[in-house]
Amino acid sequence: MAELLKMKSEVEEFKKEYLCRNNQAEENRQRETEAATRIQSWFRACRVRAYLSHLHMKAITVQKIWRGFTARARFRQMVKAAYFIMKMKFYEEMAVRIQRRWRGFFVRKYIHNFYVRKRYLQGLSRKNELVRRDLDELEELQKRERDCVEMIKEQTAKVYQAHRLHHLLSTKQCPGVFNSPFRPAPHEMELLLRQVKYQAPTRLAPKGRACLLGMPGPTDPSFPESLASPWIKTTNTCCSIKPILPPIASKKPQGLFREPGDVFEQRVCCPDLTLCLQTSYTHLEEAQNQLRQHESLRPHSHTLGTGSLPHHLSHSSTSFTHPDSVKSFTQ
Amino acid sequence: MSQRQIIQVFEQYQKSRMQFVQTVADLAVRPQNIEILQNAGVMSMLRPLLLDVVPSIQQTAALALGRLADHSDDLAEAVVREDILPQLVHSLASQNRFYKKAAAFVLRAVAKHSPELSQAVVACGGVDALVLCLEEFNPAVKEAAVWALGCIARHNASLSQSVVDAGAVPLLVLCLLEPEMALKRIAASTLSDISKHTPELAQTVVDTGAIAHLAQMILNPDAKLKRQVFSALSQISKHSVSLAEMVIEAEIFPAAIACLRDPDEYVRKNVTTLMREVVKHTPELSQVIVNCGGMAAVIDYLGDCNGNLRLPGIMMLGYVAAHSENLAMAIILSKGVPQLSLCLSEEPEQHIKAATAWSIGQIGHHTPEHAKAVATANLLPKLLHLYMDASSSEDLQAKSKKALKSILQKCTHLPALEPLLYDAPSNILKHVVCQFSKVLPHDSKARRLFVTSGGLKKVQEIDAEPGSPLQEYINAINSSFPEEIVRYYSPGYSDTLLERLENFQPA
Repeated sequence: MAELLKMKSEVEEFKKEYLCRNNQAEENRQRETEAATRIQSWFRACRVRAYLSHLHMKAITVQKIWRGFTARARFRQMVKAAYFIMKMKFYEEMAVRIQRRWRGFFVRKYIHNFYVRKRYLQGLSRKNELVRRDLDELEELQKRERDCVEMIKEQTAKVYQAHRLHHLLSTKQCPGVFNSPFRPAPHEMELLLRQVKYQAPTRLAPKGRACLLGMPGPTDPSFPESLASPWIKTTNTCCSIKPILPPIASKKPQGLFREPGDVFEQRVCCPDLTLCLQTSYTHLEEAQNQLRQHESLRPHSHTLGTGSLPHHLSHSSTSFTHPDSVKSFTQ
Repeated sequence: MSQRQIIQVFEQYQKSRMQFVQTVADLAVRPQNIEILQNAGVMSMLRPLLLDVVPSIQQTAALALGRLADHSDDLAEAVVREDILPQLVHSLASQNRFYKKAAAFVLRAVAKHSPELSQAVVACGGVDALVLCLEEFNPAVKEAAVWALGCIARHNASLSQSVVDAGAVPLLVLCLLEPEMALKRIAASTLSDISKHTPELAQTVVDTGAIAHLAQMILNPDAKLKRQVFSALSQISKHSVSLAEMVIEAEIFPAAIACLRDPDEYVRKNVTTLMREVVKHTPELSQVIVNCGGMAAVIDYLGDCNGNLRLPGIMMLGYVAAHSENLAMAIILSKGVPQLSLCLSEEPEQHIKAATAWSIGQIGHHTPEHAKAVATANLLPKLLHLYMDASSSEDLQAKSKKALKSILQKCTHLPALEPLLYDAPSNILKHVVCQFSKVLPHDSKARRLFVTSGGLKKVQEIDAEPGSPLQEYINAINSSFPEEIVRYYSPGYSDTLLERLENFQPA
């Protein structure tokens, strides 16, 4: 019985324990479920994270490789460009060096050439002196010419006067007004009166003055200095400073006679050669040559008119050149 | 009454008309009679006589009318008011040469007074009639017609244009070829009057080949003709480069320079004017004239004349110098600067002085060398004096200031600059001190001289506003000297020394 009792108590105990345990289990169920969920969620999260991180790793690899590729490509480009720029810089520097040398040389040689400038300035001052001298000469010449004309005028007036006063000439018997017996020599008017021949004063109109004198008139081109002077080429009023000859009586013979001068000329001059003899037989070639030379000179003077440097014009006579004349070369 | 007696009446009438006209014409010669004649109503009495049956009366009436109109513009206006001009113009075409001459004289006398009167002559067709007269054979008629055309063309461009439109220019050029000296002269003068207004008119004159004919007359012995020729050439060349080049191409130059020694002073003046007009256009044209020795001749000319005759020469030097430094150097070499200095001191007129100052400025403003040439001619104090002179005109002051400034900015010739330190006003002093501050740091001799001549002392005495350019230049000068010297020359240094003496405690 004891055993039974023991058994019984054991069953009772078991039951009690079962209940207790069941209660306990029921109590813990909620917690455990939560815990289990938590564990599960953690685990799943771990798995997902691992997967994501795996994906990231892959993406990074892809990006790494791509970026490396593009960067290398870009870098190559940059290096190329930099090299090119370096080369260009180098070339430019070299070009500048060459240009610098050349320009310096050119400017010194042609534009700001000290020696040319010096020569030019010297030439200029020489030319100035020359011009001043020439002008002085010319002025002197003109003055003499004017004096000469004045003198001729005066002389003509005197002769005219002498003609008018011809009646005052002294005769053998009676000395004239100008020939005073109390003077050692007669007055110069008296001498003049003796030289002129009496003409009726009405015929001595001023027109005949030049021929009255019987000396070269103002149109005579025998003025010796006019050839030496470069300035005057066309002066009409030339006259000589020879001593004035006494007037020659030039009474025109009446009737159909020619002038004595004409007759003399006719006698002296030889008959004219005919035209065909006057020109040499090489005349044609000479003329052609001349024409050619003329042509070869012409273009030079022609280009100048159209706005090129006009200071070449007509100044071949200037012995010096101006440094500016090379400007046409640079343009 | 017999026939003889009847005729005698007419003869008497004609004689007395003739006498009246002749007396009036004679009276009109004297200016004091004009007013009395005018009050007596001479205008309205002469008018019917212009239409008289006897040609000699007509002609004398025209002559009297011309003389009256010649004297005053009131009378000339009266001639226009009386409607005499159309009548004259009408008969100009039909009458004989004496009448033509007298009528042209009337037209000239009317036209010469004012543009309005000339316009009246043009309006009644006077120009065309005068141009017809140019085709006349008689040189006296031509001369009168050319003169009248010249009086019309003188006033303004539109009147000249009307003369040109009437086809006068070719005929005028033909007149240049006539043997009569008076006709040549007046034709040249008329061409000059026509071409002076506009480039187009000058171009028309050139197109008829006038330059070649004018150039041929340069060596003509007649002085008055030469005057007109040179005046015409200068009026043509003043307008443009191409016209000036055409004038140069006529190869007038060495010959024209010879005319600078002409006995007639107006010939010389006109030659110089021509050279001025040519030179002002381009450096190349100036070069042409310089190369053929024109510069020396003009400078000599400046020495020979005075007054207004000098003005073109002075201006020519300025124009040439303005083009390039080479040309300015050429002027200096031709001894132009002393001559200009002489002009500056001799001429009393303000405008000539102003032109001279301008020319000097143009010569000196290129390089230090040029400035030195100007400075050694002792021109800087003169210019300064002109600038400071209260009696100088505004223009003269402005020009001399500009010249002074431009020369000072290039001048490195210190001995010439030093006098300016003492008597220049601050706006000029600035440039002077600036030049010193540029030169002194690099030139030890100049520094020494600057101290011994008292320049440094003067510089210390200048009281400049701090921060102004003048102060900066002074500082630059001071920094090129030892501090003691600067302090020694500063004003009030002796006081400082005395103060130090008082404070000094001997040990």
